[in-house]
Amino acid sequence: MTANKMLKSIAFYALVVVIVVFSIFPFYYAIVTSFATGTALFEPNYFPKAFDWANYKTVLGGATFPRNIVNSVFVATATVLVSLFLAVTASYALARVRFRGRGLLLMTILAVSMFPQIAVLAGLFELITFLGLFNSPFALILSYTIFTLPFTVWVLTTFMRDLPVEIEEAAIVDGATPWIIITKVFLPLLWPALVTTGLLAFIGAWNEFLFALTFTSSESTRTVPVAIALLSGASQQEIPWGPIMAASVIVTVPLIILVLIFQRKIVAGLTAGGVKG
Amino acid sequence: MTVSKTAIGRESGLSLRQQRIRAAQWFLAPMLIALFCVAAYPLLKTIWFSLTDTSLNNLSGGKFIWFDNYFRMQTLSNGAVRYKGTLVDPAWWNAVWNTVRFSVVSVVCETVLGLIVALVLNAEFKGRGFVRAAILIPWAIPTIVSAKMWAWMLNDQYGILNDMALNLGLISSKIAWTANADTAMYAVLMVDIWKTTPFMALLCLAGLQMVPRDIYEAAKIDGINPVKVFFKITLPLIRPALMVAVIFRMLDALRIFDLIYVLTPNSAATKTMSVISRENLIEFDKFAYGSAQSTLLFAILAIFVSLYIWLGKVDLSGEGGK
Repeated sequence: MTANKMLKSIAFYALVVVIVVFSIFPFYYAIVTSFATGTALFEPNYFPKAFDWANYKTVLGGATFPRNIVNSVFVATATVLVSLFLAVTASYALARVRFRGRGLLLMTILAVSMFPQIAVLAGLFELITFLGLFNSPFALILSYTIFTLPFTVWVLTTFMRDLPVEIEEAAIVDGATPWIIITKVFLPLLWPALVTTGLLAFIGAWNEFLFALTFTSSESTRTVPVAIALLSGASQQEIPWGPIMAASVIVTVPLIILVLIFQRKIVAGLTAGGVKG
Repeated sequence: MTVSKTAIGRESGLSLRQQRIRAAQWFLAPMLIALFCVAAYPLLKTIWFSLTDTSLNNLSGGKFIWFDNYFRMQTLSNGAVRYKGTLVDPAWWNAVWNTVRFSVVSVVCETVLGLIVALVLNAEFKGRGFVRAAILIPWAIPTIVSAKMWAWMLNDQYGILNDMALNLGLISSKIAWTANADTAMYAVLMVDIWKTTPFMALLCLAGLQMVPRDIYEAAKIDGINPVKVFFKITLPLIRPALMVAVIFRMLDALRIFDLIYVLTPNSAATKTMSVISRENLIEFDKFAYGSAQSTLLFAILAIFVSLYIWLGKVDLSGEGGK
């Protein structure tokens, strides 16, 4: 190996190290902070000094945080199920049946996925108060479909469009109705796409903040992001950084594990949303 | 016998197609109703509210007042003329300027950095899988959590970033990154770039992986400078993918709310269109005024997307090549 080549590969690996450190360090530091208490909290520590679970006990032993986690799990799961159910049948129609206005319909759905959430906030607020859903998890499930539904329909449609015609033709010859075709023929083939879109919709619903902040008003109906954003200490000036970091770690670790397990599927789903031409 | 049989066959063939179209309509109906309820109706209602004097406590009691929330002239008793409404509100234009500045800078940085990371990941080296997993972490962390994490790292007294910069001699005294009006926007940009560069990198990587490898090998044999190869071959080939990625990011950036709301609350230096609209809608008692601002945001986004697709000839449908 020549010196020049060696230099190049050292530079390359230096770049790789920078990328990795830059990506991981903030979360690593949150974990370090979440185990620090007392005065240790107020001096920058690059490495953990002690493992003190006090912050985790404070957060999980608190009156509302466990409740907030349950709320988030319920809202995100229900949102995913509702959107997947509505999207599977709709994307079958969009991908496999030729009818007039199909292209226009697809573009409309894509346009909805680009809606700024704030533009529908006033109207949704009125709708939710009218339906009597204000300050309930159902307000969030209803409003979250605005960003999960177009996305799931779009990805499932692109996925279903690529399935071979022959499978469906065989079923039609056998006299299967469209409903049978969806449930018996397509659904088993769709599982990978359903897992991907479901997971992405779950993450979207789990992380959502604007609607959750606006449509809930009491501590016990808040979702996790709102709870963390509004977590306050004994006094106005004193921000409880230890418990905030512990809460952050608690809600992020499951997400990171999920993302790492389903890495390839998520990347495929993200790119199918836009780039796959 | 044979004639009638084919006639029946043709008839049932027709009805099969009709049957499929009818089924398609039934399948589409629930999704369309849901989208109408959560998207079309609220949007129209927001636009309607923006033309009334509705207040938060009395949502159905608003009077129609035309465009007064946007712009109106008021002649005072002493004869002086005053202009009112969002379009002459300096706070609104400050928010517009903040949003545009934030969006352009963040998307440009994310695209450039995303491309660099994608090029690294596209090379073959030991530990590539590990690096790809590592860059997914910022993406997976909820925005609120990353805002809090960075708020802590950027803390003026105890923040680790001030400590690092002091030790490295980059700054001479501790900086209140999020509270100081001069640095608040940099703080927001820093966090946003950290959080969304992975998304850009993954989209760029998907584009890069569609470029056939033998092109690079041919260029290598011909002894062409890699930088030249990148700008003359790679970049034009991944341009379509890049254009789509940029518009998705741009739309996200233009409607940013949560990061700014948590990282730099009540800072005029970072307040964006979404933040100021929500403030008027919910926190101050100016529901109709906030509706007007969110309607304007929607209009700005719609115009931007149309221009971008039209001028950039972006194919979003995914059907163009087929």
